[in-house]
Amino acid sequence: MTNMAAIELRDVRKSFGATPIIRGVTLAIEAGTRQALIGPNGAGKSTLFNLITGKYPVSSGRIRVRGEDVTDLTPYEINRRGLARSFQVTNIFTRMSVFENIRCAVLWAAGYRYSFWHRIGAARDVNERAETVLEQLNLAARRDVPAGVLSYAEQRALEIGITIAGGADVILLDEPTAGMSRSETEHVIALIRQVTAGKTLIMVEHDMSVVFDLADRIAVLVYGEVIAHDTPDRIRANAAVQEAYLGVPQGVA
Amino acid sequence: MSAPAATRSLALPGVARAVLARRVGLGLAAAVLLLILPQLVPTGTALAIMNQMGIAVIFALSFNMLLGQGGMLSFGHAVYFGIGGFIAAHVLNMAGRGTLWLPVPLLPLVGGLGGLAFAVLFGSFSTRRAGTVFSMISLGVAELMAASSLIFDRFFGGEEGITTNRSKAPLLLGLEFTRDRQVYYLIAFWLFVAALAMYAFSRTPVGRMANAVRDNPERAEFVGYSQHRVRFVSFCAAGFFAGIAGGLFAINYEILTAENMGLNASGGVLLMAYIGGIGYFVGPIIGAVIFTFLQSMLSDYTGMWLLYLGILFLITVLFVPMGLAGILMLHAPAWRSRRIGRLVVPYLITGALGLVAVIGAIGLLELLHFVAVSEGAGATKRLFWTTIAPRTLMPWLGFAALAVLGALGVRWTAPRAAAAFAEVTK
Repeated sequence: MTNMAAIELRDVRKSFGATPIIRGVTLAIEAGTRQALIGPNGAGKSTLFNLITGKYPVSSGRIRVRGEDVTDLTPYEINRRGLARSFQVTNIFTRMSVFENIRCAVLWAAGYRYSFWHRIGAARDVNERAETVLEQLNLAARRDVPAGVLSYAEQRALEIGITIAGGADVILLDEPTAGMSRSETEHVIALIRQVTAGKTLIMVEHDMSVVFDLADRIAVLVYGEVIAHDTPDRIRANAAVQEAYLGVPQGVA
Repeated sequence: MSAPAATRSLALPGVARAVLARRVGLGLAAAVLLLILPQLVPTGTALAIMNQMGIAVIFALSFNMLLGQGGMLSFGHAVYFGIGGFIAAHVLNMAGRGTLWLPVPLLPLVGGLGGLAFAVLFGSFSTRRAGTVFSMISLGVAELMAASSLIFDRFFGGEEGITTNRSKAPLLLGLEFTRDRQVYYLIAFWLFVAALAMYAFSRTPVGRMANAVRDNPERAEFVGYSQHRVRFVSFCAAGFFAGIAGGLFAINYEILTAENMGLNASGGVLLMAYIGGIGYFVGPIIGAVIFTFLQSMLSDYTGMWLLYLGILFLITVLFVPMGLAGILMLHAPAWRSRRIGRLVVPYLITGALGLVAVIGAIGLLELLHFVAVSEGAGATKRLFWTTIAPRTLMPWLGFAALAVLGALGVRWTAPRAAAAFAEVTK
């Protein structure tokens, strides 16, 4: 662990038209920790992800990844600086095989850039890494199937696989367990634990048992503002959080 | 979990080697076929058509680097074919005058570099966006070049185009290109090299990312790739190979006109790729061969050959979007399980009835065409096996009967053919 924050947001704001969605978020996320980002629907969690990863430009404020200002960079430039994300709605290369999906996610990180002088089948490092990730995802048996025909749970696993395949140090997962059964959720959480070991993880999640089980720290976002950022125990005890979010009886403990 | 995983990774190199061996075998077979084709069909007409086919195959393959592999629907790909051709023709003329030294066999490379240069120029902005915007820009560029061909008539030669003479260029290794057969081997050589290079391109990191950007440009950006840059690289490669085809065109026909880079030519290559099947590497090859064959054969027999190609295109888009290559690939499992023989009879029956329906439909269209255009003063017309009088009722009834009976027959037997297919595939 270093004392440099993996991600640092300083008074980040975002409006769509006249509607403010993110209303001044300042947040520092320590490297090597697992962070959960929670909050009611419409709080701006996914928008915050989209700002950090460069999908949307910020209206104002600065964003740093591992000390470097990435506020005005494109998604691919930010990705090249060691930050990868998954999507809430599955976002994969549907017509390509499962293996090709993973391999594409490895290429840039392995240094192949826009090469048309390497034969991809001969790129051992890339192929071995892709096979390893496939094994981790438990998708080796589905290796040559087009990603579009995978089951929902398999596609969600592939979504995570594409995110982690490049070996990024900072991983953002947007509702990785959405729409999953209990046992599927447990499998995915075990997978996330395994593949993000030693990395910085930021995860949007609605399943509170998952959040309190997995996260080192929890940030609570309500109406575009972070109202608390603390350890799970203190978040549980926080009166403002209870009122704004957990006050709804849904069996938190 | 770990045990099957271990056997799997052990088994993989063997599988990969088998796949590689099959590909090398296919490549060798293609090379041999290209070498002996002129012996198999030794007539002058056949040679001329094969030369045309070879050029069309390179062009269609380059087009599919955009559409099939990169998801870019270009309406102006003939621009790079034409530019390559014009530049090659001018360079050939210079070589003929002795202004510079360049033998004919290397000329396609000049065409390729010309196509590449213009692809860099136009691709730099047109590949910024995918989808409809890309298509519209490609259309705009095609129009721009059409207008330019009228303005810069020293380069494009105005209405008559520019002519050249391949026999005046310096020789390389004593190779002469005075006869069609010599040109055939030159085209065959470049076809083999270009097809191999384009196949190899699809198996490079950027070739694979072209597929990824086609499928999901947003996600490609989140794994580190600029979608613009990936499309740009594919676009430049496609322009290069189109230019090679254009250079071969200049050598083969010794004339280029603005038509060669016009919208008709761009539409033609789209038809070729689509009819053959844009989802497969061999698709555009099949499409270009069939399109060129029909184009040269049909135009000898009917004034409506474009209509027939259009109908073929419509049928492909509506009923077999995977193209002819796709249909062939559907039968790969049956071929591997050696049960494809069981399809012969049901397919022959349905095919024969389909042919009857097609003959009926073509007959009706030709009658209509004859009456509408009134070819000459004659009252009779030769059609298929017989001479008919279009202004009488009988031929109309006859062809209508063929069309209807054939169609009904197909409707009746097609489910059986489909069932036979399902049976051997499962």
